[in-house]
Amino acid sequence: MSGHSSYVPKTGIERWLDARLPIIRLAHDSAVSYPVPRNLNYLWTFGGILVFMLVAQIVTGIILAMHYTANSLMAFNAVEHIMRDVNYGWLLRYLHSNGASMFFVAVYVHIFRGLYYGSYKAPREVLWILGVVIFLLMMATAFMGYVLPWGQMSFWGATVITNLFSALPVIGETIVTFLWGGYSVDNPTLNRFFSLHYLLPFMIFGVVVLHIWALHVVGQNNPTGVEVKNVQKDTVPFTPYATVKDIFGMVVFMILFAWFVFYQPNFMGHADNYIPANPAATPAHIVPEWYFLPFYAILRAIPDKLGGVMAMGGAIVVLAFLPWIDTSKVKSMSYRPIARQLFWMFLLVCIGLGYLGAMPADEPYVTISRILTVLYFGFFVALFIVGLFERPKALPTSIADAVLASAHGGSAARVATATAAEPNVKG
Amino acid sequence: MSRTSFRLALTGLAAGLSLALFQPAAQAAEGGFKPPQLSWSFSGPFGKFDRAQLQRGFKVYKEVCASCHGASLVAFRNLSQPGGPEFTPGQVAALAATYQIKDGPNDQGEMFDRPGRPADRFPSPFPNEQAARAAQGGAYPPDFSVLAKARTYERGFPTFIFDIFTQYQEQGPDYIHALMVGYEEPPAGVTLLPGQNYNKYMPGHLIAMPKPLSDGQIEYPKGPDGKAPVPETVDQYARDVAAFMVWMAEPHLEARKRMGLQVMLFLVIFAGLLYYTKKKVWSRMPDGSPAR
Repeated sequence: MSGHSSYVPKTGIERWLDARLPIIRLAHDSAVSYPVPRNLNYLWTFGGILVFMLVAQIVTGIILAMHYTANSLMAFNAVEHIMRDVNYGWLLRYLHSNGASMFFVAVYVHIFRGLYYGSYKAPREVLWILGVVIFLLMMATAFMGYVLPWGQMSFWGATVITNLFSALPVIGETIVTFLWGGYSVDNPTLNRFFSLHYLLPFMIFGVVVLHIWALHVVGQNNPTGVEVKNVQKDTVPFTPYATVKDIFGMVVFMILFAWFVFYQPNFMGHADNYIPANPAATPAHIVPEWYFLPFYAILRAIPDKLGGVMAMGGAIVVLAFLPWIDTSKVKSMSYRPIARQLFWMFLLVCIGLGYLGAMPADEPYVTISRILTVLYFGFFVALFIVGLFERPKALPTSIADAVLASAHGGSAARVATATAAEPNVKG
Repeated sequence: MSRTSFRLALTGLAAGLSLALFQPAAQAAEGGFKPPQLSWSFSGPFGKFDRAQLQRGFKVYKEVCASCHGASLVAFRNLSQPGGPEFTPGQVAALAATYQIKDGPNDQGEMFDRPGRPADRFPSPFPNEQAARAAQGGAYPPDFSVLAKARTYERGFPTFIFDIFTQYQEQGPDYIHALMVGYEEPPAGVTLLPGQNYNKYMPGHLIAMPKPLSDGQIEYPKGPDGKAPVPETVDQYARDVAAFMVWMAEPHLEARKRMGLQVMLFLVIFAGLLYYTKKKVWSRMPDGSPAR
C-alpha cells in the first residue's frame, strides 16, 4: 500500500537532512500522505487511542517512580505519600491506576474490532500476531504494576498468579522460586516486579513500532474487508482526514477516562488494596483486576491445576492462530450471516466469563464457568467449520462503491442486500 | 448453525447468566445487612466537605477512637490545609503541642519526648501491632488513615453498573456509620464468647470492639443559642466521624472534584469543536469533490 514517497523537501536544510537521514520523509509518509480507506468507522480510532494511553502511562509512570519506594516495608506508605504530600501526586497516581483500566478498555475494543472485521486475515497475519504479543506484554505489565502498592490484593494476587507456574511439570517450582526471588512473595519479589514493570512498557513500545510498521506495509483493513483497489477513489490521506478523526476519538475517550480519574478513581480497584499487605491474613475473596477476570474464570473452571493454567494460556494463545483457524475468505463479518452471530455470542461469553471471574468459586458459578469456557473455545472451532460452508452476502466491488451505496439512500442499498441475501436463506 | 438454534443457544446463555447474576443479592442477604445509603456533602461531582462536620468528626476521633485507633499517615498540619476541617494554623499548633512526640537520638544518644509540632504525624496509641493486640485481648484496632477506602460492601449486579453513572462511591463511610449504629443484642441461638460483641452490619456479625459511642457522650460546640447545632446522638457522631475518616483517606477530594469539573468542561467543548472540524474536513475529498 505504501507507494512511492510524495515528500518534497522545501528548504535547503530539509534537502541536506533528507540526503543523510530521511527522517522527515519517514514521518511525512507515515503520518501525512499515508493513504487511509475512506470508509473507516470510529472503531478505527482505537489504535490512536492506544498509542495515547501507552504514552500517558509511560509519562505518569516515570514521574510516579521518582516518588515511589520499592521496599516491602515502605511501599504502601510510599504510595500514600504520593497521594498526600506530592504536588498533584493524587492526580498522577489516579491517572496511572485508572489509565491501566482505560488501556484495557481500549485494547478490548481494538481486539474485538479486529475480530469482527477480520483484520487478522491475509495479508495482516503478522500485524495481528504482533498485536497478540502486545496484549500479553500489557497483561504482564499491568499485573506487576498492581503488585507495587503492596496492599492485600497486591500481595495475594501476586501469590496466586505466580503460584500458577508451579503447575508446570519439572521446571514449575524452579520458575516460581525464580519469580519470587525466594520461597514466598516478599521484598525480592516486589523489587524485581518494580524493575520489570519499568522495563516492559518500553518493550511494548518497541513491539508497537513493529505493529505500526506492519500496518503501514499492508495498509488498514476497513469495514467492508475489501482491499483498496484505486488509491485515488478508495482512500484519503492520513492528514488531515484520519488525524482529525483520531484526535476527536481520543478526546471523547479522554472524557470517559477523566470521569473515572476525577469522580470515581477507586471504582475499578479493590477496597482490600487499601489494607497493607499481610502474609498472615488471606482476604475472603482474592480477585484480580477486572481485565483479567474472563481468563481467571477459565482458569478456575478446569478442576485440574495444570489443565486450568493451560486453558487460561490457551485462551490467549489461540488468538494468535486465528488467521489460520478462520477458514472463510471473506474478512468482514458484516457479510457473513452466521459468523456474525457467532461473534456476538462470543462477546457475550467473554462478558459472562468476566462476571464469573469476580464471583467466588462456588456453585452455580463453577458449572456456568465450565459451560462458558467450552463456548469460548467452541467459538474458534465453530469459526473453522462455518467458514467451510457459509455463503457470504455479496461484497461491494470497491470501498468507493460501498461509500456511495450507503450515501445514496440507505433504503435502496437495503433492498439490494435483501435481494442478494434471498438465495442464501433458501439455499 | 441456523438462526433458530442460535436463538436457542442465546436463550440458554441468558438464562445461565441471569442465574449467575442474581445470585449475589441472595448471598449478601445471608451474609449481613446492607448499610443504609446516607447522603454525604462530599458525594457527587460538586461534592465538598462540611467544615463543621469534619471538625466535629475530629472531636469524636480524638476523644473516643484515638485511644485505640491510630491515624499514622495524617499530620497535624493537614488539619489546617484547604479542603479539610480547616482549623486555623494557631489552633493546630496548640493542638499539636498537647501531644508528646518521641524524638531523637540527641547529642547524648538518648531518645527524648518533646511537645508535638504541626509537621508531626498523629502518634499511634500503641507502639506496635503486638502491643495493641496484647492490650485489646488479641484484636488489632486498624489504623484510620485510609480505612474509609479500605471498607466496602458488595453492591451486586446491576447496581455496580448504575454506580458509574450516579457516582456512588460512599460504601466506606456508609459502612462505618452503619457499624457504629449496628450494635444489637445477639439473636436467640447466638452465644457470644468473652470479648465478642454482636453487630448487625459486621460481616459474620461478631466484632471484638465493644460499642464505642453512646448518646450525649461527646459535647459538641454550642451555637449562639447555647445549643449544639446538631443532635448529640450516636447516629450523628457516626456520620461526623465517618466524614472525617473520608477526609483522612482522601485529603485532596475537593481539589480533585474541582479540577474534574474544569477538565470535563474543557474536554466537552474541545470535543465539540473537533467534531465540527472533522465534519468540515470530511465534507470534501482531497480533489475537492463532495465526499458522498
